[in-house]
Amino acid sequence: MKNDSLRTPCGACCTQFKHLTVSLEGLDVLEDVSMHLHCGEMTAIIGPNGAGKTTLFKALLRQIPYRGEITFSDAEGTRVGKPRIGYVPQYLAAERLAPATVLDFFRAALSRAPAFLPPRRREREMILEALSRAGAEQLIDRRVGALSGGETQRVLLALALTPMPDLLMLDEPVSGMDAEGLAAFYHRLDMLRSEYDISILLISHDFSFVRRYADKAALIDRRLLAFGPPAEVFAGETFRAVFPGVAVEDAAPDHHSHVDHHHHHGEGAGA
Amino acid sequence: MTFLSDLLWGWTEYGFMRTALCAVLLIAPLYGLLGTMAVDGRMAFFSDSLGHSAITGIALGVMLGLQTPAWAMVLYGLCYALLLCYVKGRGAASTDTTIGVFSSTGLALGVVLLSRNGGFAKYSGYLIGDLLAIEPGDIATAAVLLAVSLAFWLLFYNKMLLNSISGPVASSRGVRTHLMETAFACLLAVVVMLSIRWVGTLMLNAMLVLPAAAARNLARNVRHYHLLSMLLALVCSVLGLLLSFAWGTASGATIVLMLAAGYAVTLLVRSRSAQ
Repeated sequence: MKNDSLRTPCGACCTQFKHLTVSLEGLDVLEDVSMHLHCGEMTAIIGPNGAGKTTLFKALLRQIPYRGEITFSDAEGTRVGKPRIGYVPQYLAAERLAPATVLDFFRAALSRAPAFLPPRRREREMILEALSRAGAEQLIDRRVGALSGGETQRVLLALALTPMPDLLMLDEPVSGMDAEGLAAFYHRLDMLRSEYDISILLISHDFSFVRRYADKAALIDRRLLAFGPPAEVFAGETFRAVFPGVAVEDAAPDHHSHVDHHHHHGEGAGA
Repeated sequence: MTFLSDLLWGWTEYGFMRTALCAVLLIAPLYGLLGTMAVDGRMAFFSDSLGHSAITGIALGVMLGLQTPAWAMVLYGLCYALLLCYVKGRGAASTDTTIGVFSSTGLALGVVLLSRNGGFAKYSGYLIGDLLAIEPGDIATAAVLLAVSLAFWLLFYNKMLLNSISGPVASSRGVRTHLMETAFACLLAVVVMLSIRWVGTLMLNAMLVLPAAAARNLARNVRHYHLLSMLLALVCSVLGLLLSFAWGTASGATIVLMLAAGYAVTLLVRSRSAQ
């Protein structure tokens, strides 16, 4: 578990994917998608259901075969290769009764020592530090199956940020979170990207938050239809053709005033 | 009075009881250990089907004319585990249904093969197992199984745990989740096939699942979970073995009853502490 969180912002490192194509059973579900993600930038992927958003994520996570290239290069050009990816899924598979705690979960992901042996104090301190990046320190001894939707998100985010990735990939949480929780979620991402200078790639369904927080919006429907600043994408012809009658307003700016909210709505995130 | 003296010291005069106790001291914690992941990884149904279809493995060994069908069974168990993991990985039908089909086919095929020349009766011992038939040489087998499983746990537990909490997170961190699940299924298959003669195909899953399920009721973290599961398995199994001697009942089934009682107690404790 290395702590390389304090990189200086550069804005010059980037993750690129070129001509990404995914075929499932002979059908191209994703065709020739190329994108350029700069660090410190949040890119939101939008598109109708079945457009290939999740497929794109699976390809980036190397869970399904793809054609094309995915590369990362840092500012000095000293490290070139596959990007280090931190991934935040929407929910956990753990059952409510599963005994694993957040500490166990992190040890399983980060430590060499088996999680069924007692943790060393240093290990616990490192994990507390990792959790603090997403304001989740107080959850360390809670069982993962018993966390609320918002708490699960913070824990998963903290894990995805350890070690600090080049590219943070997230699904916008849809279940178990209210508007206030969603606002806090976006605000947290906003702070992370400037604090740690990472690229953030986000599948999103809430256009007003995209407009307010994202640097780029990528409209996907099997192909990359539009890519650019959200205001431009939302104003474009293509967007209106894919989402007829949808007008995108800016999210209410006051929503995110309390970041360390203590809402416990909805246990349903694990469903 | 005879019941008490049988329970407390009467059994010590019998060599087979001493051997059986030694075996239980190894097998119970082994099952307690493997059970934690079988329950966490939602593989209880898989191990159940493995136990049922072990009958086919036994039949194959008998047909090949082997003295002890152990190797044929291990090979069969590995094939079964690999095939099932492959089918599960394809994700075509619902996994439970697939496993159900495999399980009943394996059981039926085994019974047909074994009853071919007239009676299945002489193989019926495999159904409920016989801990008292354990020979001193088998103790070594049980010890090796426990040692191998512990080594597997030390090396791979973290990956299995991560996968059981979130498959996508595990694979995004470089865990080859399908390979991991297959490896655990193979370990389980080998343990099941080599211990099925003692445990019995019908009792196997109870021995595997009950200690972990009971431990879950009380465990507050993974460390607790392991400790409780292995301890419960050990205490209930030893108690069950000695009771079966005093009562003159089948050892495996008596052990399972004790494990079920243990489960009930933990359930009670949990609902008490929840109030």
